[in-house]
Amino acid sequence: MMYDTSDIRKNLKVVIDGYPYAVVDHQFVKPGKGQAFTRTKLKNMMTGAVLERTFKSGEKLEKADMEERQMQYLYPEGDAWVFMDTTSYEQIQLQRELLGDTPDYLQDGMMVDVLFWSNKPIGVTPPTFVELEVIETEPGYKGDTTSNVGKPATLSTGKVISVPLFVNQNDLLKIDTRTGEYVERVKK
Amino acid sequence: MLLDRLRARAQVLSALRAFLDADCFIEVETPLAVPSPGLDVHLAALEVSGLGAPRWLATSPEYQMKRLLCLGLPRIYQISRCFRRGELGRHHEPEFTMLELYRAEAGSEELMRDTEGLVEAAARRVLGGTILPSGTDVAAPWARLTVDDAFREHAGVDVHDVLPDETRFFELLIDKVEPALEAMRAPVFLTRWPRAMASLARLCPDDARWADRFEAYVDGLELCNGFGELTDPVEQRARFAHDQAARREAGLDVYPVDERFLEALEQGMPESGGNAIGVDRVVMAITGAAHIEEVVAFPQSRL
Repeated sequence: MMYDTSDIRKNLKVVIDGYPYAVVDHQFVKPGKGQAFTRTKLKNMMTGAVLERTFKSGEKLEKADMEERQMQYLYPEGDAWVFMDTTSYEQIQLQRELLGDTPDYLQDGMMVDVLFWSNKPIGVTPPTFVELEVIETEPGYKGDTTSNVGKPATLSTGKVISVPLFVNQNDLLKIDTRTGEYVERVKK
Repeated sequence: MLLDRLRARAQVLSALRAFLDADCFIEVETPLAVPSPGLDVHLAALEVSGLGAPRWLATSPEYQMKRLLCLGLPRIYQISRCFRRGELGRHHEPEFTMLELYRAEAGSEELMRDTEGLVEAAARRVLGGTILPSGTDVAAPWARLTVDDAFREHAGVDVHDVLPDETRFFELLIDKVEPALEAMRAPVFLTRWPRAMASLARLCPDDARWADRFEAYVDGLELCNGFGELTDPVEQRARFAHDQAARREAGLDVYPVDERFLEALEQGMPESGGNAIGVDRVVMAITGAAHIEEVVAFPQSRL
């Protein structure tokens, strides 16, 4: 399936030079009484690299066949991480370099969105919010619940984030995986 | 912000009219639905039904205004809507406002002076001076740069080496030349276009490799497209035939030739200069808008 330059819009997925790209930005350009072009900024969905490319009006672009499936995270195995389709019990492995910062948020049994390109897994999106336990931080100061001052805390996945002073070891925290930031303390 | 820009837009329209009225131009009105919308290979028109004959919305009011020149109105202008299918972007709306003007017994130099004067007058009306929000000064006179020199300086190529490949020409224009013109931070006319892009311009009397055509750029934004007009009916008919063949070959809609326009040329058209100024873009430059939607009350996206 092919797209035309008039189909170009934000987030359209296309194949360029053998990689899947998502359109980040696009701009119609047409010099006076001249040929029209579409300037694009594209993000490589496997490496995250950004590419700028100008297409002639009417030029064809190959559609990237993308699919997202909910799968369960099982365990790491060497350099790969193993996920399972909970309906078919099919298991897949993803190499560490394709996971970006997702392992910072993965917990055994967590449901995640696995992105497939032409039936090959190429990435994982964790839930927007996850709850992770603090395994190490300096003891909390009881009274201080409003201050903006933070301190480092190590989470069960090994990730270190900045948390408010009142947070204690073994607390359960809600984390925004889009920003990697502390949201709130949750009751166990 | 939009309301401020719409107020500025009204001031621009009023200043443009005042400038031309003071110079003995008369404002005319020609139909928007026309029998031939223009044959330029890079323009696509919107068809209109229900008028009893094939009609399209004009991509520019050029043919009918030139007929008025031939009828004996030597200085005319029109502020009208033009329609171009598929043109939508930061600098484009498929329905936009054009100031089209013609001056008999004149050529592109006079029309470039008119253009400088118009934009300067509009800026003075809105801003009380000639310095745009970008810092660019639009006080006349503006620089002139030939396409030949622009490509040599900014793209490092001889236009005639590039030209058999028109796509390459336009790629260099948008990727090398236009950004360099923007970096000048001064208004500039790009003059003497390759004859293959003559459209309805005459060839330069001193060198037939070039067409007597100009475009004005302010902060890299193209504001107008003007010609020393082609008045020769035989050459004009040959160009129409050539454009129709090119459209057919490219698989595009082939619009009819406007025979009444050609008849008018046969009756005799005075030596003239003409220019089409994008009014929305003039308002963009003067108000510092980055997107055409910021200066139009109801662009496609808000319609």
